[in-house]
Amino acid sequence: MKPRVATIWLEGCSGCHMSFLDMDERLIELADKMDLVFSPLADIKEFPENVDVTLVEGAINTVEDLAKLRKVRSRTKILVSFGDCAVTANVPSMRNEFALKDVLERAYVEHADVNPGMPIFGEHGVPALLLRARPVHEFVPVDIFVPGCPPPPDAIYFVVSELLAGRTPDPGALTRFGR
Amino acid sequence: METRTIVINPVTRIEGHGKVTIFLDEQGQVNDAHFQVTDFRGFEKLAEGRPFYEMPAITARSCGICPVSHLMASAKACDQIMAVRIPETAVKLRKLMNLAQIVQSHALSFFHLSSPDLLLGMDSDPAQRNIFGLMQKYPDLARDGIRLRKYGQSIIEWLGGKRVHPTWVVPGGVSAPLTPEVRGRIAAGWPESMTIAQRTLDWFKHNLSRYSEEARTFGNFPSLFMGLVGHNTGELEHYHGRLRFTDANGAVIADEVDPARYMDYIGEAVEPFSYLKSPYYKPLGYPGGIYRVGPLARLNIIDKCGTPKADQEWAEFRSIDRRAVLSSFYYHYARLIEIVYGLERILEIVNDPNILDKQVRASAGVNSLEGIGISEAPRGTLFHHYKVDENGLIRDVNMIIATGNNNLALNRSVLQVAKHTIRSDRLTEGMLNRVEAVVRAYDPCLSCSTHAFGDMPLHLMLVGPDGVLLDEVRRG
Repeated sequence: MKPRVATIWLEGCSGCHMSFLDMDERLIELADKMDLVFSPLADIKEFPENVDVTLVEGAINTVEDLAKLRKVRSRTKILVSFGDCAVTANVPSMRNEFALKDVLERAYVEHADVNPGMPIFGEHGVPALLLRARPVHEFVPVDIFVPGCPPPPDAIYFVVSELLAGRTPDPGALTRFGR
Repeated sequence: METRTIVINPVTRIEGHGKVTIFLDEQGQVNDAHFQVTDFRGFEKLAEGRPFYEMPAITARSCGICPVSHLMASAKACDQIMAVRIPETAVKLRKLMNLAQIVQSHALSFFHLSSPDLLLGMDSDPAQRNIFGLMQKYPDLARDGIRLRKYGQSIIEWLGGKRVHPTWVVPGGVSAPLTPEVRGRIAAGWPESMTIAQRTLDWFKHNLSRYSEEARTFGNFPSLFMGLVGHNTGELEHYHGRLRFTDANGAVIADEVDPARYMDYIGEAVEPFSYLKSPYYKPLGYPGGIYRVGPLARLNIIDKCGTPKADQEWAEFRSIDRRAVLSSFYYHYARLIEIVYGLERILEIVNDPNILDKQVRASAGVNSLEGIGISEAPRGTLFHHYKVDENGLIRDVNMIIATGNNNLALNRSVLQVAKHTIRSDRLTEGMLNRVEAVVRAYDPCLSCSTHAFGDMPLHLMLVGPDGVLLDEVRRG
């Protein structure tokens, strides 16, 4: 059975996933070596059990992000903190120095002219924001860190290939923070 | 009384976090539907206090698919704060990168995200209905998509140092001139890319009759259309130009609008169920002022494309309807024509005799306390509006994002497809996928649109009038 691989994006810009696609033709090679069992690029809606490797892009920004992350961790053997938002909370954390109320009011009250007001949190509304956007490892244990904004395709290819081969990669030579 | 809902969470194969909630009446018929964006980042606030020249790099992080669009709009807003006119060659080079992005982003939307629905089928196995499934069944088409996207991404990398979040577009122009070597590489990769673009467009046109049902029901309704057109030319334009609004009959209702006056024409409404605001055309009020942007809108509002192959394709496209082309299914078609257009313009720019000019950057301090930058992103018109203090530190930011402009239309489209497709007594995954497929036609970019990003979860819940959950489908 081929290794079961998943990717998920939480609070990020999708740039890390785009960098994943920037592996170009190497994707065809990887497709032969693994089964992609969950990804925003695919249609399975529920994160499956028994996943070997999950790449997590993005910071933890909402209660929904946190719930997803916990589920992912409990169902994944090797969890990769994928890109600077996952590793440091990066740009999403820039809101942390302001009160959450002020951040929301800027968008939904000051810059709105019909129905100015806050979105409604909850089941039929939107997921509540955490007071601060935080990196993945503050909530769950992380096995591999891959920094970069985004990590370059060569670093992603190296990390995924090594993991598929059963080795533990150190991507330090291929990427760095802010790159 | 019971209210049932069907929730699709997350919507997949789109950029960002979104869900769809479909409300049923007592008879189980679709009564209403909401397209909801479930993440928020707050760029309008978080940039406060930053030096204005950091804004291109910060706001590019709205989106990893179209960071170049943010670079363009942001750098143009910063040009205004510096009150400089940037060198002509710098304008051409910015356009070159912008067009490369149109090509790669449209390729991503068509091949990687939407073609699995078109080729493998709306009702096909969800475990295979993706780009990897496509590689197995249609390897040639999947490879075409990878190659075409790679060409656009490579141009961005050659110019800007990296594919995602390049740093080369700066206030005042670009940071380095084009080298003869890169010019040569762009020219060398061009013929293969044009062959792929033309082959895909021909395939799509040839197969259009297979999708007549989708064309009839996927967001097929009258609305306004908005976008940039070339100043005094009426040509297709993604970098500069003036705003034009047309109605569903194709009649121009506002023209040659200076983008700096966008607030006279566009208002923003809040719907509490979504983090995405709903812009509307002010003269018609809310929600009557519904308009669409993006490839379909652009091809509806222009007088011509301005390049030979694209003009020929455009004429054929416009013959679908003698007024405006109204079905959002045709976003796919318009996207493929824009790829051809983008490639034609790319070749034109690299063949420009002055393109290697070394004068590509103007420098200045803070000469104006406000700047408004606009560009046509792959998904539609993008506005960046900054206010700074005398030291050039950001005091206020407003961004209207391409996908946001389409929010009212997205909601109406989701409702239309749901009403047409959903049978609550025998709900199938394929029905839900059709609801998602119309969302994909718009190629929404949700991390952008709320200045947020995430996945768009699709989880369908059927809720009766009293709020009782009757049925629920998640794909998995």
